[in-house]
Amino acid sequence: MNTPGVKAIYRFEMARTRRTLLQSIISPVISTSLYFVVFGSAIGSRITQIDGVSYGSFIVPGLIMLSLLTQSISNASFGIFFPKFTGTIYELLSAPVSYFEIILGYVGAAATKSIFLASIILATASLFVPLHIAHPVWMVVFLAMTAVTFSLFGFIIGIWAENFEKLQLIPLLIVTPLVFLGGSFYSINMLPPFWQTVTLFNPVLYLISGFRWSFYEIADVSVSTSLIMISVFLGLCIAIICWIFKTGYQLKD
Amino acid sequence: MSALIRVSNLSKTFAGGFTALDHIDLDIERGEILALLGPNGAGKTTLISIICGIINPTTGTVTVDGYDIIADYRKTRALIGLVPQELATETFENVLATVTFSRGLFGKTPNPEHVEKVLTDLSLWGKRHARIKELSGGMKRRVMIAKALSHEPRILFLDEPTAGVDVELRKDMWQLVRILRESGVTIILTTHYIEEAEAIADRIGIINHGRIILVEHKAELMRKLGKKELVLDLRHSLAAIPTALAAYNIELSADGRQITYTFDSNQDRAAITHFLDNLTAAGVQFKDLKTEQSSLEDIFVSLVNEAE
Repeated sequence: MNTPGVKAIYRFEMARTRRTLLQSIISPVISTSLYFVVFGSAIGSRITQIDGVSYGSFIVPGLIMLSLLTQSISNASFGIFFPKFTGTIYELLSAPVSYFEIILGYVGAAATKSIFLASIILATASLFVPLHIAHPVWMVVFLAMTAVTFSLFGFIIGIWAENFEKLQLIPLLIVTPLVFLGGSFYSINMLPPFWQTVTLFNPVLYLISGFRWSFYEIADVSVSTSLIMISVFLGLCIAIICWIFKTGYQLKD
Repeated sequence: MSALIRVSNLSKTFAGGFTALDHIDLDIERGEILALLGPNGAGKTTLISIICGIINPTTGTVTVDGYDIIADYRKTRALIGLVPQELATETFENVLATVTFSRGLFGKTPNPEHVEKVLTDLSLWGKRHARIKELSGGMKRRVMIAKALSHEPRILFLDEPTAGVDVELRKDMWQLVRILRESGVTIILTTHYIEEAEAIADRIGIINHGRIILVEHKAELMRKLGKKELVLDLRHSLAAIPTALAAYNIELSADGRQITYTFDSNQDRAAITHFLDNLTAAGVQFKDLKTEQSSLEDIFVSLVNEAE
């Protein structure tokens, strides 16, 4: 195990966060606060409670997931795309580090950053609404699994992308709509039966549902189903990354 | 002595069908400076990239210090430092951080003294807190060398190290290369500047169309392939070369006032003496003479043209 190599990648990526503090931390916090103001005040005044939880509190897990998913993808995809873009990837490819160690460094740093950010959003949310976490251990499990899974997904996007446009394509056109339509701001029970069925095909629904359950013990789908879905997505990302490194796709030729 | 780097039957065909390397065999000896010369697209960078692990080979094997570059990549890569052709740097990072990062990436524990020495040797210590984007092109090149040396490699690949740098920096780099060689580092450099190879290399390899045309000790190469010319300024102009001198490989200038005799001193050590004797016998008088020897550049151009 090249421990100094993993540490070097991890520290280097974390240092980038410090250099871009405004973009990395402050901006998502401001965005989340705005969500509270807009959704909490505007919609919350009309929907007082969902499943016995105040609307403001209800949307907290969804807001955290929204930031967790987008930041995990953004951090990891940019982390590996930038060396490709600047050409410094040569150093990574010629270093005595295994693929696992590369992943550990990049994905570890991206997941750390997004979990840190989620914690800040949680703390910010507690200033606006009363929070109760029924299953803190499960909350951490969901948080960590989602952060790692979507950091892996971001890493794949970063390898796949050949330019900045492609880098933004999947997060903007697919991930963000899926998060908004996956029950971040509502329960799927509020939807007509047809749209409830459609929403069940949205993988993000399972992440938000499981995470919300860890807070309030209310869920759109069973907790075990949520865990299975995250595990399936995690496995899929790992399989794709194994294939990328085995073939050298977008890296070695 | 066994080769430090052994390249055997190495080929690389890219996905588009272009064959960059075509069954290359090459041994690089421990402690030498090998200069790889070749025109653009000859395969120099592809060869280096495969040895360093950046590109996968299509066929063939490479061993470094006896270890296979794929099966034992940790051991081989830890021995190698690479300065690539392109100026690729972490633009927003500072010099000290990027060099420290490189050392860690190659599995070495922090050693601030070594990093300081490398930066001092490259005249970068004063710039250690400067962001790379603030540096000149020459300084960025030095940063890339510092990164490559940060993990104390035993082998250093320099891919066009002095491309686009000024004369002073070029000479500094040559000096650095000599110092590194004295400390036992094996150096492989590719260059377009043939005088660079002539000035610092022990052996010269010439590569073209993905094939090694020749690998030879520099002195031996010059001895074997170098030609000499004797140029005579005549006292009286000649209308044509005298028949008595027809057997010699000579050329008469257009104004008839200069004769150039090309010969191989290795084959006939008394070539000049014989020629001058016959010249005098033919009644041709000269007022001045000089000899010229072909440069490595002449040899390189001639070999590449022959291969084509």
